[in-house]
Amino acid sequence: MTTTISPPTALSSVPAGFDTAAFEAFLATRNEPGWVSDRRRAAFAVYQAKLGAPLNPEEWKRVDLRAFTPGQFQLGAGGASPAQFSTLLEDRTVFAGQAFHVDGAGVFDRLDERLARQGVLFGNLADLVREHREVLEPHLMTRGVRPETDRFTAWHAAFWTGGAVLYVPKNVVVNEPLHSLIGLSAAGAADFSHTLVILEEGASATLLEETASASPMAPGLHIGGVELLVGRGANLRYVQLQNWNSQVWHIAHQAALVAADASLQWTVAGIGAKLAHLHQEVALEGRGAQAQVNGVTFATGRQLLSYYTQQTHKAENTCSDLLYKDVLRDHARVVWRGMIRVDKAAQKTDGYQRNDSLLLSPDCRADAIPGLEIEADDVRCTHGATAGRVDADQIFYCMCRGLSRYEAMHMIVEGFFHGVYDRISVEAVRETLSQAVQRKLGIGL
Amino acid sequence: MNSLLKIDNLHVSVNGKPILKGVNLEVRQGETHALMGPNGSGKSTLAYALMGHPRYEITDGRIEIDGVDLVALEPDARARLGLFLAFQYPVTIPGVKVADFLRHAVSNVRNPDRKEGEGLIPMREFRKELKARMEALGMDVEFARRYLNDGFSGGEKKRMEILQLAMLRPKFAILDETDSGLDSDAVRVVSEGLARLAGPEMAVVIITHHERLLEFNRPQSTHVMLAGRIVENGDATLAHELHDQGYAGVRTRHPAIAAEETVEKTEEALVAKA
Repeated sequence: MTTTISPPTALSSVPAGFDTAAFEAFLATRNEPGWVSDRRRAAFAVYQAKLGAPLNPEEWKRVDLRAFTPGQFQLGAGGASPAQFSTLLEDRTVFAGQAFHVDGAGVFDRLDERLARQGVLFGNLADLVREHREVLEPHLMTRGVRPETDRFTAWHAAFWTGGAVLYVPKNVVVNEPLHSLIGLSAAGAADFSHTLVILEEGASATLLEETASASPMAPGLHIGGVELLVGRGANLRYVQLQNWNSQVWHIAHQAALVAADASLQWTVAGIGAKLAHLHQEVALEGRGAQAQVNGVTFATGRQLLSYYTQQTHKAENTCSDLLYKDVLRDHARVVWRGMIRVDKAAQKTDGYQRNDSLLLSPDCRADAIPGLEIEADDVRCTHGATAGRVDADQIFYCMCRGLSRYEAMHMIVEGFFHGVYDRISVEAVRETLSQAVQRKLGIGL
Repeated sequence: MNSLLKIDNLHVSVNGKPILKGVNLEVRQGETHALMGPNGSGKSTLAYALMGHPRYEITDGRIEIDGVDLVALEPDARARLGLFLAFQYPVTIPGVKVADFLRHAVSNVRNPDRKEGEGLIPMREFRKELKARMEALGMDVEFARRYLNDGFSGGEKKRMEILQLAMLRPKFAILDETDSGLDSDAVRVVSEGLARLAGPEMAVVIITHHERLLEFNRPQSTHVMLAGRIVENGDATLAHELHDQGYAGVRTRHPAIAAEETVEKTEEALVAKA
């Protein structure tokens, strides 16, 4: 199951809308401090250079980008209001703060006054870089997402438009979750939002982020970045529910750095998009760091949803636990390439990765390729992958109890995902994921 | 009026091999029947064919409830008409809670026209009923929150089948070796539970090798299968006699059919393996 569809190719020219003239015009609209512009310029130079370079085949060889034409998308196409989005999370719980972006532009944000007084920052990156250089400059695309990684990270770093920033000072505990909505509205709009979470030592927070399209058919582009910087002893729960319409290209580089004795629960859900490729890396940087990674993917039609995950253990006594579950129907395709890396110093590592796929149709296809690279000699690392079809005996049993064939299949799908839901500690997230899956199944509307 | 389940000249093949060769049986609501016979005689095949398992192909004959032909109906439609099978080997469905599963099942069976996504039986009413039924069967109500048959012992699975029977209140319940693999205490619990459920509204067809289930649920009729046919009909004493003396007497009385048996047994074993 390792057929290569297309070799990673170089683009012959800079797409219109993202060329030098466009970049300069974009910069002129930003009115940003010099350190931000300087970084953009550096990233743009990398972007131009990387366009001619092939992508890492390990990560990209199963992602067919032949139909990807960045030139059809442009920045600054926006103008919609958040009310036009059907958010799944909004009414689910009480949020301590909310930040909404549409077509790349921040349109609304708020934070409970009480938290603001404690020094918590939550809002739009585009605003916060002007006012909080001391907080952001050391962290913004310096440690997590590195612009020089490939053409997409460089492109993102040059053109990022906004995005949710959450900063929680030392020992501040934010009990209620924060909510971020990233919307695409106009046909051909591009969103280059960057999510940056910084938890200082002993801090705790939950950020629930969702993406949504205002219309079911408008084509869109998301070149995203997420950085989760979890300080010593801090505790972060982060969810990103990717729920675009089926015409959106979603390419995102997401990275978490977990310091000593800190813990991260990171849940990604892939429901929408025409093609999505998510580079998701977790680095356990300090002794005793822990990360739990959860994935829920439901691909239908001709969707291609691809994941490239890395769990990197850099210190002793670190623990990572990844469970991805995906369901495929129609002609959909899901790719998961996972890797656990254990550095020489990371003795007593406990690393786990598992991907389970449930195939509902004869024409869908799941590729799961786990991997281990271990340099330490006293570790426990396990991985596994399963792929199976819905069991005919389960369907028959359900039907004998009066459930229709579809209802039975839907119930089995829901049950399949429950193995992931059960790990997620935030009830609103479990409910939201369940509803997102049900909507896609066409039930529970 | 009592409903009637009528099986007329039923022929069933599995993977092209004839297993049932003309089964005739009539069961009225409120009656208890024992269906006995040696291994491979076709008892479970009859049960699966009645429910509409896709691998059991009906090549001739009819199955009717009050004149409605079931043969072309999907299993869920049969369930909604009041047919129920307690499985010999109940299926595990990971991630699906007993309560959620049963709430959907009950909603569909009690409201046969319900479509997916339409209203379910009210939660409060359902929970109350489920709790009462579980207590009556000596089940820990905690089971309602567990995943269906996931990690259940053999006895727990069988009790779960009886709980579903109790909740769905079918007109015709077929119990496929519900007593197999159970210790005597578990058989007693299941038997007593079944005896309480049986009544004028429900017919029970008990497929069994043993007699214990029949002690609490005394059959009006006993039917003996051999090589894909019902070869003898009697009352409770026939069941008792078969239990005591085995099937040697049956084979002696039906030598021609018994002669087909060894061949069929081998073939059915092959089919089961495949």
